[in-house]
Amino acid sequence: MKIRVQTQAFDLGAEVGAMSKGRTDIGAITSFVGLARDLNEGSGVRAMTLEHYPGMTEKALAALVEEANARWTLLDVTVIHRVGRLLPGDPIVLVAVASQHRGEAFAACEFIMDYLKTRAPFWKKEETAEGERWVDARASDDAAAARWAPPRFETGPD
Amino acid sequence: MKLRVLYFARLRERFGMAEETLDFAGATAAELIAQLQARGGMWAEELAAGRAFRVAVNQDIVALDAALPDQAEVAIFPPVTGG
Repeated sequence: MKIRVQTQAFDLGAEVGAMSKGRTDIGAITSFVGLARDLNEGSGVRAMTLEHYPGMTEKALAALVEEANARWTLLDVTVIHRVGRLLPGDPIVLVAVASQHRGEAFAACEFIMDYLKTRAPFWKKEETAEGERWVDARASDDAAAARWAPPRFETGPD
Repeated sequence: MKLRVLYFARLRERFGMAEETLDFAGATAAELIAQLQARGGMWAEELAAGRAFRVAVNQDIVALDAALPDQAEVAIFPPVTGG
């Protein structure tokens, strides 16, 4: 498992290559890369700055990887999140998951991203033509994370 | 008891500080929020009922009825927007 918070860019190919290097038990690696967009809520974004809570960030990322490990049989997980000032097109976040079969790798990768969006203490501030603005949390991110809630067992009729 | 209180993102800017050490006579996160609201101005506005903010105690997000241990690191911040 690799968890990193860093200002510098990352190399998707190198990170994925490092996961499978020297081992032959991995049958699937899925990866997700989130990029900085140039448009958000109708205005052009010239740049964004990502702030985080050092200490809690690493702890929160480790906790959500641990939760993914409890739900699926995973062989390796890499999570890299950048902080600092980023320009449109720059990669922000990488999640890569290795497993024996694709189903677990696909599901766990999406799960980690959905949980990261609502639980990891990062905040984006955008620079637009109208000035700087903090990005508001989205209800759709809460809904995406809620899909993964443990199944509820309904009580039957008495 | 003494608490170390941290503020992040929009709240850090509005409050004009990243952290402070506070004397706290209450017991819960809700009581700390009430103490901060009583400062008035931005504090009252940003921490008003119905405003979206999160509280973490020793780096875990908690509900407002959580008890605060002495010397706790308490962080107050807006809903997260990473990824």
